[in-house]
Amino acid sequence: MVATSLPTNESNKPLVKIESLDVDFNHLRVLRGINISISRGQTLAIIGESGCGKTVLLKTMIGLLYPSRGAVYFDGQNLAAMSENELTQQRIRFGFLFQQAALFDSMTIAQNIAFPMQQHTHKSGDEIQRIISARLAEVGLPENVLGKKPAELSGGMRKRVGLARALALEPEIILYDEPTTGLDPIMSDVINELIVSTRRRHPVTSVVVTHDMRTAQKTADRVVMMYPLERLKENEPQIIYDGPPDRIEDCPDPRVTQFVRGEAGERLMEMRQQNGR
Amino acid sequence: MLGQQFNCCQHSGLNMTMASVSNIPVSELNGRFGRFTQWCIDRITDLGEIILDWMAGLGSISLFGYRMLCWLFTRMPRRETILPNFYQIGVLSLPVVAITGTFIGMIMAVQTYVQFRMMNMETRLGVVINLSLVRELGPVLAATMLAGRVGSSMAAELGTMRVTEQIDALSSMGANPIHYLVVPRFLACLMLIPALTVVADFFGVAGGYFYSVYILGIDSHHYLENSQRFVGHFDLFAGVFKSLFFGAAIALIGCHRGFNCEPGAEGVGRAATSAFVISFVTIMLLNLLLGIFLDGIYFTLWPETPKITS
Repeated sequence: MVATSLPTNESNKPLVKIESLDVDFNHLRVLRGINISISRGQTLAIIGESGCGKTVLLKTMIGLLYPSRGAVYFDGQNLAAMSENELTQQRIRFGFLFQQAALFDSMTIAQNIAFPMQQHTHKSGDEIQRIISARLAEVGLPENVLGKKPAELSGGMRKRVGLARALALEPEIILYDEPTTGLDPIMSDVINELIVSTRRRHPVTSVVVTHDMRTAQKTADRVVMMYPLERLKENEPQIIYDGPPDRIEDCPDPRVTQFVRGEAGERLMEMRQQNGR
Repeated sequence: MLGQQFNCCQHSGLNMTMASVSNIPVSELNGRFGRFTQWCIDRITDLGEIILDWMAGLGSISLFGYRMLCWLFTRMPRRETILPNFYQIGVLSLPVVAITGTFIGMIMAVQTYVQFRMMNMETRLGVVINLSLVRELGPVLAATMLAGRVGSSMAAELGTMRVTEQIDALSSMGANPIHYLVVPRFLACLMLIPALTVVADFFGVAGGYFYSVYILGIDSHHYLENSQRFVGHFDLFAGVFKSLFFGAAIALIGCHRGFNCEPGAEGVGRAATSAFVISFVTIMLLNLLLGIFLDGIYFTLWPETPKITS
């Protein structure tokens, strides 16, 4: 048999596989029975109300939080079973954009973006400068922000610096935690465009947690909707929609369509009933 | 890895233990006696919960210290992280330590002069002041200044980093937060506190000498000669030895409080104050234990010591 370039199961193996994941905080269960498989090159949007556990799921994917039950597999390996050194090595393949960008306040922008490169590579100062300039250009920031501290920048600029930092080591998978929250509509669209163009420029898998439907529909080719656990019954699944973004409006589940259209009607009635009780 | 899981499950275990104890049915006992017994059981439950919380906290900080020691011996921290910490902790603490030392020396002279004068032993004032400074007051004062300046600022800084997800960002970029943040601060406190102790001692001695000789009019020659006779190398060593433990405790407690900060501005404030309070209590405890230990060594090595009244 003539050998072909790639064995078939290599390209079919999902990059991230989450199996029967439960995550508890003290007594409070936040995630229950989550099963998701993310293939290479896919862009997944995770949507849902505030407090449904989207950020917890994202942090569990990179190993910042540990599963109470179930497992998270990255490229076939169980994250919880890795030693600290192995986990560090695997984390180089991730880029994480935090909700508030989480830039280091005591360092300048240049030092922030250079940080992952100085941690893991032995590149020379000049090469690091070149890479920083390239990333800044990609996110559309001028060179004069390099000497500033994060506190001197606006929220939108900080998010873009955070994205430049997440891209510094050319990761295989980028996780975005609510990238457009708190930004004005134009800046939100700038970020959406950046997510799309990043995917065009580098062959990355992306997971975008958002509650902005425009972001989900513009950037993603698959949408997963989650529901807060405390309002679910015992045997109901926490993921209430998993499919392409253009079919989400036709979903029979009213909770999904109400979220997509931003209709508060039933939810307000629920809240009044709760308060009345 | 251990730390995260530990935080998740420690409270669930405690609450279940406490809940089962307080569910002992006492409703059979009637009236006031029954209610009083229930109240006693509630208070014992509260006390038990507090003690178990302390135990859990002690365990948490021991695990934290163990992880830090493991990281301390793997790789030297980068120069950019150590030098700013050395400057902050060492150089910037010098003025306040020097001034406090001077005043303590002078206060001691003021307070002990009258009693010694009555016994016509004022030339021995130097011995009392310098011995107290070198063995007790210098180390404890330098450590307290450090706990206030450095301990609470470390807790606040690391607490703010925790609250703004910067510590998570460090982890997500493959840098271990303990190696990057805690080890440089620990090394700085440990290596600089002996120097600060010696500075406190020196200025205390100088302040006491100045006040005794120039203001109280004690004879300078006898003041210095007696002091030299009774204050020995071991006393200075004991003071510096104790200060090493104080420095380690301050760094560990400050960083631990910052890492385990509760969310919000209130959480950061609480972390900062509790860092100082816990450091201070720990310093006092260590002072007592180390004092007993060092005295034991001293009398074992030199059974015949000169006494102040001989």
